[in-house]
Amino acid sequence: MPFGNTHNKFKMNYSAEQEYPDLSQHNNHMAKVLTLELYSKLRDKETPSGFTLDDVIQTGVDNPGHPFIMTVGCVAGDEETYDVFKDLMDPVIEDRHGGYKPSDKHKTDLNAENLQGGDDLDPNYVLSSRVRTGRSIRGFCLPPHCSRGERRAIEQLSIEALDSLEGDLKGKYYALKNMTEEEQQQLIDDHFLFDKPVSPLLLASGMARDWPDARGIWHNDNKTFLVWVNEEDHLRVISMQKGGNMREVFTRFCTGLTKIEDLFKNRGHEFMWNEHLGYVLTCPSNLGTGLRAGVHVKLPNLSKHEKFGDILKRLRLQKRGTGGVDTAAVGGVFDISNADRLGFSEVELVQMVVDGVNLLVNMEKRLEGGEDIEDMMPEQK
Amino acid sequence: MANSFTRMITGRNTAMIMAMGAGTLASTFFLSDNTAAAERRRFYPPSADYPDLRKHNNCMASAMTPTIYARLRDKVTPNNWTLDQCIQTGVDNPGHPFIKTVGMVAGDEESYEVFAELFDPVIKDRHNGYDPHTMKHPTDLDASKITSGVFDERYVLSSRVRTGRSIRGLSLPPACTRSERREVERVVVTALSGLKEDLAGRYYSLGEMTDAEQQRLIDEHFLFDKPVSPLLTAAGMARDWPDARGIWHNNEKNFLIWINEEDHTRIISMEKGGNMKRVFERFCRGLKQVEHLIQERGWEFMWNERLGYILTCPSNLGTGLRAGVHIRLPLLSKDARFKKILENLRLQKRGTGGVDTAATGDTFDISNLDRLGKSEVELVQLVIDGVNYLIECEKRLERGQDIKIPSPISQFRK
Repeated sequence: MPFGNTHNKFKMNYSAEQEYPDLSQHNNHMAKVLTLELYSKLRDKETPSGFTLDDVIQTGVDNPGHPFIMTVGCVAGDEETYDVFKDLMDPVIEDRHGGYKPSDKHKTDLNAENLQGGDDLDPNYVLSSRVRTGRSIRGFCLPPHCSRGERRAIEQLSIEALDSLEGDLKGKYYALKNMTEEEQQQLIDDHFLFDKPVSPLLLASGMARDWPDARGIWHNDNKTFLVWVNEEDHLRVISMQKGGNMREVFTRFCTGLTKIEDLFKNRGHEFMWNEHLGYVLTCPSNLGTGLRAGVHVKLPNLSKHEKFGDILKRLRLQKRGTGGVDTAAVGGVFDISNADRLGFSEVELVQMVVDGVNLLVNMEKRLEGGEDIEDMMPEQK
Repeated sequence: MANSFTRMITGRNTAMIMAMGAGTLASTFFLSDNTAAAERRRFYPPSADYPDLRKHNNCMASAMTPTIYARLRDKVTPNNWTLDQCIQTGVDNPGHPFIKTVGMVAGDEESYEVFAELFDPVIKDRHNGYDPHTMKHPTDLDASKITSGVFDERYVLSSRVRTGRSIRGLSLPPACTRSERREVERVVVTALSGLKEDLAGRYYSLGEMTDAEQQRLIDEHFLFDKPVSPLLTAAGMARDWPDARGIWHNNEKNFLIWINEEDHTRIISMEKGGNMKRVFERFCRGLKQVEHLIQERGWEFMWNERLGYILTCPSNLGTGLRAGVHIRLPLLSKDARFKKILENLRLQKRGTGGVDTAATGDTFDISNLDRLGKSEVELVQLVIDGVNYLIECEKRLERGQDIKIPSPISQFRK
């Protein structure tokens, strides 16, 4: 229910032209797709929970975007957003996810057995391995739109489910608003703590309302499996460890996720999922698998090679700094992960990362030895 | 031109009826036309949605109770604005241990009526016990009543008066749609183009100004930027920036209007030196002319007898007026009695960058603390008398003489 966009019927007193946003300076997927005609067609619609077109696009209107990085510029307030506003969402999805069509079907595969290799990425280069995704609980509104009551219900359900995990997944929940100074410092030192969003992309969509109410972090005692509650999505699930055993990370990821899903089902709740979009999350960029599998890897020589960008592109990989999205690399260490989310299964994406990183490390070793890597150039995947 | 909806509530006569009957009228609007929302309410009673205010220190958090929340949560103003939307900024910004922020905003004129049960205690808290139920606010923009309004320029470097005005019938910055905001811009800019002589000037739209214009406005300290304060952004005032925002100023550069920043309009009269009387005279004259020009086209400012001029933040109700000077007080500012003197004179000190800034050197921004319960003339006279007293103290300290703390000024007329 953020701000002035919920009184939709009142806005109908004004014409579409009068209401249409000025997108002349904008460079994001929403601005590329939206037209006055499309706006007129969709402006009187609402999802059953009352999320409107203006709610969907507010973040894209407020954040014109970056000349180099194309942001999405729209968010969902609930599962139905992707349906009620499909005339906007489908072209945005197609543009963002490499031509994914409204008729395409997305495969889900969380069987870690199907991954080949991945247990021996060279730890002299690969410092850590991590897989993350998000999940939304069906029947509740998403972070841009949820009320305090809903957000708290999501937190409560999540705590109950996570508290039932056993074995190496057994762990503890830390509510953001109740944690002690010591707990907070420990979580910061472990690089687990998430903070109130500062990015205007997130703030403009209303996700940070009522912070830190009903937000928290759960992690297992081994500190290898971590769940964020009510940050940018209902749940963000993360499996990580030092070194290059991506296989182990992914296996724990799949096991944990499947267990959590079962625990929710036992309580009469399921995750938002459908055949076309896979797992449904707040940002259209995270649809499908919502999966980002990545490593922190030392590539001081390769990263200076003129073809580095091209190699990554062919491998369908993406580089970031070691602080995550929007940070720079430090000391030749990069965060390398899959660029895709939708249209490939979880196993397929992790396979791409495993195979791709192996190649990158081999290239790095070649360059270290003073040789060239021309014969190693990969095909476009 | 105003559409049928705004026509309905334009005009002072209709406004009077609205003000008297708005409480009953507006309170009958519920979220009743949307069955999904009704279902949500059943699953989530007010207690499930009640905000956690235990770490909070703002006026809204002090006044809020579960009972009030339960009574008001499902009400809406005629524009569909809700209580949760009013208080979001206060929930998101727990506040400062030393400075008590207000913690809520209005989305439209009717917010102050529909949610009076919460706004009234907040207003009372913020405005020194002013009770909107029983008291009336005096408006007086007759600058001729001001006496001794010219300061010693060895101490006073500049003088300034500002206020805000809202256009009746259009939602306020937290709630307005893009059309409404553009309408505010159109109505005000059209009116300002009718100003003449020393008030004649020009409008600079934020989205369209050239780099050169922008730099000049920055150098002259006229340009306002997209709000960064979380107090403002959490209230939704920065949506669609910079659409329909702009700055108008006269050719003499001493009368300036901000459009669609924190309020529909902010009006500023200022000049270097100590002639506060002239600054206020131009302020009143300019305001009256602008009001006349919008009335010619069937618009008016939001105003009523209880609350004076209606603005977005309850802290600016009444006069919305801040009259102040930049003044050098090297000796007095180091005196232990400075704070008490200011307090008794009902003055406030700020740094020369405005609110939330620190003073540079010995130069301070000194202005009135109060906004509601005293008229514009009374407040400006209070600032003039107070600043003259401060200058007197400074001079006495220069001569090695002692100074006295003045007796406290009463807070508003009984």
